[in-house]
Amino acid sequence: MSAAGRLHTPLLGRTGWGALALFVAVAGVAIPILNVLPAEDSALRVPDFLIALLGKFVCYAIVALAIDLIWGYTGILSLGHGVFFALGGYAIGMYLMRSIGIEGVYASDLPDFMVFLDWKELPWFWYGFDSFPFALAMAVLAPAALAFAFGFFAFRSRITGVYFSIITQAMTFAFMLLFFRNDTGFGGNNGLTDFKRILGFSLQDPITRVGLYSASIAALVGAFLACRAIVTSKLGRLLRAVRDAEAKVRFSGYDALQYKLFAWTFSAALCGLAGALYVPQVGIINPGEMHPANSIEMAIWVAVGGRGTLVGAVGGAWLVNATKSWFTVAAPETWLYVLGGTFVAVTLFAPDGLVGLLRRLRLPGRSGLDGARSGEARPRGPETRRPDSLNVGSLKAKSLTESET
Amino acid sequence: MVARLAGEPLDLYQGMILYVEGLTVAFDGFKALDDLSLYLEAGELRCIIGPNGAGKTTLMDIITGRTRPDEGKVFFGSKLDLTSMTDHEIARAGIGRKFQKPTVFEKHDVWENLELAARGEKGVWASLVGRRSGELVDRIDEVLETVGLRDLIDQPAGTLSHGQKQWLEIGMLLMQDPLLLLVDEPVAGMSQQEVERTGELLSGLAGEHTVVVVEHDMEFVRSIANKVSVLHQGRLLSEGRMDEVQNDPRVIEVYLGA
Repeated sequence: MSAAGRLHTPLLGRTGWGALALFVAVAGVAIPILNVLPAEDSALRVPDFLIALLGKFVCYAIVALAIDLIWGYTGILSLGHGVFFALGGYAIGMYLMRSIGIEGVYASDLPDFMVFLDWKELPWFWYGFDSFPFALAMAVLAPAALAFAFGFFAFRSRITGVYFSIITQAMTFAFMLLFFRNDTGFGGNNGLTDFKRILGFSLQDPITRVGLYSASIAALVGAFLACRAIVTSKLGRLLRAVRDAEAKVRFSGYDALQYKLFAWTFSAALCGLAGALYVPQVGIINPGEMHPANSIEMAIWVAVGGRGTLVGAVGGAWLVNATKSWFTVAAPETWLYVLGGTFVAVTLFAPDGLVGLLRRLRLPGRSGLDGARSGEARPRGPETRRPDSLNVGSLKAKSLTESET
Repeated sequence: MVARLAGEPLDLYQGMILYVEGLTVAFDGFKALDDLSLYLEAGELRCIIGPNGAGKTTLMDIITGRTRPDEGKVFFGSKLDLTSMTDHEIARAGIGRKFQKPTVFEKHDVWENLELAARGEKGVWASLVGRRSGELVDRIDEVLETVGLRDLIDQPAGTLSHGQKQWLEIGMLLMQDPLLLLVDEPVAGMSQQEVERTGELLSGLAGEHTVVVVEHDMEFVRSIANKVSVLHQGRLLSEGRMDEVQNDPRVIEVYLGA
């Protein structure tokens, strides 16, 4: 790339836009149409259960983007993103509870669990959740606020690495215990469920469900482009710099705390959005979503797909969940072993995930550079390589970049 | 010399840029610095020498906000108290540092390394929405020329040789355009030719910038320094021109004579 060519940093290359357009055409247009138009028994018809399953996967993909931004790009491993996802889900769940109206079991204006607990009026923190826009805003703002407060104190105390990961686990665990209590006011153990409608549309209606699926696709595309805008900007280059050499970033005059806090908070907000799209589609939110194991699983999606590439994170979420769907039907008791084994194998043999593996297959000998280009968190300095192999790598790098321009 | 800061110009009362006064810092009872005072004139090139453990790096750490002193003050110009500022604030005020071990962003390419080091807006929002200006591209081009890395702009910095990394880091300091440059052992591990080029570059920077060099290589110090400060056990042992310092019996005893 010439110096002048550096003036413009495109959001996506031509292939990237092409692939995105293809994705939207298939997942956002063709699949919904094939669910709605063909007759019930037509071979072309995309069955309803598949729409529900894909809708969940799309939400998981947004979570993977969020985790990749903070882990793959900024080098901060969160093992507590489940709490942000669940808070987003609870916010929209509260709206769905309120929209049941008096059609609940007890025919009261209050949600059933409150009647059951003999509460006479709505707690103050349920105010406003009759409104969909308010609930949607809270689905993003509540996780963001929690992340901001948590991140501010953790980052200011310079808590990093595995210590940070552990306290994120503690955070999601603490929230799980809190939400398990009936007195906390979110339905305790059972959480929020028995939803009837969203924005006046019945949640049982297949058209509503395909609508929710399409909304998730739109959110995924939006989230992808937003993350892409971040990682291709100078902000993105600074996040990667924070990951690789935080002290140097500070000595260059940047307040690293602000950068980490931004990525962390944005990531949590994105996760909240994913939770808000997820809950109407699965019909329930309970504290189980905050279980530490869920958050670990989310990190595994990203590790499997490939840290530091957005497409890799999305692919990882889909691959792991598709495998999970198959295993939990075929051999449910083996699933956790498969998941754990996959994680160990990826860590040992493919630290760049599937994306790294694919690159290595396609361009043998370029692997050293791929680490540099993508988001490998493990420092692999040139001092560990022999000078001669280094030169070969750099020569190849040069000819490759030249052929690109 | 006029301070070229974005905000208020630095107050260089009587041409002094840095006042180190009565610094004491102890680590687990060991006094790394012991009532050290040191003054720097704007535009000078000062070498700081001393045996291992003399407190050279600790002094740099305090100036750049990495370590807090137990006692004493450091003033940048006559008004800015560095001991009450954070590391990034100090960097923004116009103090740049080159570490002993070359520290560059290994996975960013050479061009991006220089871009991130550039003087300018350092906030999150500015980084997100800001666009690269032609001015920046030109400035980077100039620096690439100075440090001789123009052919390597697309290379990840991690693949550069040791000497090239040192040069890249010096280039990053040039992009930062600090008033005061602290350079820790710049020629360690360099070839003779590279040492000479580095000497020329640092001498060329003095005048417009104030440069402090911490170095073990006496040959190199002799070739560039006007004034040398010798530290020993956290104190200032001697100060003056290289030949004066070399003939100081105390210096001969603790350092050069050893």
